[in-house]
Amino acid sequence: MLRDKDKYLSILLISPSILAVLIFIYGFIAWSVRVSLSKWKGLNADYTWNGLKNYLDLFSDPRFAVDVRNTLIFTGVFVIGSILLGFLLAVMLDQGLKGEGFFRSLFLFPMAISYIVTGVVWRWLMNPATGSRTSGLNLLFSYLHLDFLQNAWHTTPYWGIAAIALAAIWQMSGYTMALYLAGLRSIPTELREAAQIDGATEFQIYRYIMLPLLSPVTLSALIILGHMSLKVFDLIVAIAGKQLPLDVPAIYMWQTTFDGLFYGRGAAIGILLLLSVAVLIIPYIRYTLKTETEQ
Amino acid sequence: MNKLRLNKTWMYIPLILMAIFYLLPMYVMLATSFKSFAEVDLKTMWNLPSGIHFDNFIEAFSKLSPHLWNSFAMVIPATLLSSALGSLNGFILAKWKFRGADVIFPFILFGMFIPYQSILIPLVQFMNAIGVKGLPGLALAHIIYGIPITTLTFRNYYASLPQELLEAAKIDGADMLGIYRYILLPISIPSFVVVLIWQFTSAWNDFLFAVVLTGNQQWPITVALNNMAGSQIVAWNVQMAGSLLAALPTLLVYIFLGRYFLRGLLAGSLKG
Repeated sequence: MLRDKDKYLSILLISPSILAVLIFIYGFIAWSVRVSLSKWKGLNADYTWNGLKNYLDLFSDPRFAVDVRNTLIFTGVFVIGSILLGFLLAVMLDQGLKGEGFFRSLFLFPMAISYIVTGVVWRWLMNPATGSRTSGLNLLFSYLHLDFLQNAWHTTPYWGIAAIALAAIWQMSGYTMALYLAGLRSIPTELREAAQIDGATEFQIYRYIMLPLLSPVTLSALIILGHMSLKVFDLIVAIAGKQLPLDVPAIYMWQTTFDGLFYGRGAAIGILLLLSVAVLIIPYIRYTLKTETEQ
Repeated sequence: MNKLRLNKTWMYIPLILMAIFYLLPMYVMLATSFKSFAEVDLKTMWNLPSGIHFDNFIEAFSKLSPHLWNSFAMVIPATLLSSALGSLNGFILAKWKFRGADVIFPFILFGMFIPYQSILIPLVQFMNAIGVKGLPGLALAHIIYGIPITTLTFRNYYASLPQELLEAAKIDGADMLGIYRYILLPISIPSFVVVLIWQFTSAWNDFLFAVVLTGNQQWPITVALNNMAGSQIVAWNVQMAGSLLAALPTLLVYIFLGRYFLRGLLAGSLKG
């Protein structure tokens, strides 16, 4: 039971944080919604009612169509790549090899670096210059006689965004590895031994026992990585600046708001991003908290 | 047994190949940074430097040093304050539940996932209206938007502690603050390390808040580096040295406190 004094004190101590979250998250979201329904375009705030026009305009905006397409390609390559690579790395590190700790730290260190640093370095690795000016990874491919792998990276028409996803995989696959490794370690060894006694091969054990048991981890990884790809911003800016072929909603929002002063449209893009993230995250939070109380 | 061992040794081949993949960008960054201006050439990007030269670092540091200090000036208070708030909130939400605490928690959590584009316009308007600009404004943003993750990490840790610990202290006559100060705080040091590292890394690496809340005098390192890389004037070798300078603080934290970094990472996926 709570004593009265302690009860009031606890409410008093937590209220600044709750107030801050209420204002800076929920209040600001409501404020953004209001801006997205206004005609605000220019330096001075203009809250003249505009209905859903900013949203409807986006749906017929060719630039926004490019953004949606790029987001889909990026999400597909990034999420599938990171999950596959992360899972494979985790399985290899789960074998009790010598030097496991070293490899684990190595695969994880890109997570400590900012997307801007990653982007600046990968911009030079993915240098698309050809002929005598060939450099970066393309030059490395030619040293290794793998010339067929040379490509224009992020300057490839239509698929350029997939090259950005490659840099993102470099940065984030260690994270999925860590998730899977933690998951693998939580599976009781008896299960593995029982399967071995029954004559299951290593592959069968991972395919039919570990993988199904790891499906909550896969779900977490899908959702966390998926919501990250919807928000991708810094990495693209650092690799390619603000180029139309590599545009995504987050960059469009930034440019139209702070360069173009089209606040109404910028807010509408922000709210659409929020809705797409909410569709993934709200069920995830509910599911996690529910399983937590069940435990 | 013998067969099993044979079976596993070949795994070093893919592991080492992967290690090379993860190290390639680091190699280019390091090798280029230590080259002299004379030997820098995109065509010899993969060659080792002829010796250790500091030309690139001197040039990069002279351009970036004010921004490195800006980053430190903003990140340190932001990290300390958001961690302190998170600890207090986590304690109350886990161990001192008032009515509605379980309803409030998911609403706080959601804040950790929102795309900041959805609050960016009000944030800039609000900061201008209350006159908190530049680095203090940026620090404030990191403190507030850090509350969800810091609260989550501490709440999960405190929730894992047995309730008896508190009951015993209560019987001894300790009040809420006494319990926090003398019982929970001393055993929270590992959680503090996790949260401090996490907040330090994410505030140091942030770009979006920095680019909208600060002007060019107050840019933190990420914005300054991005602008340096975007200009045609600064050579790519200097950009590489600049990248290394920008990455060094968080890399050092990772190298020395990697274990805690990993725990923060896993907490961020809700599975404290």
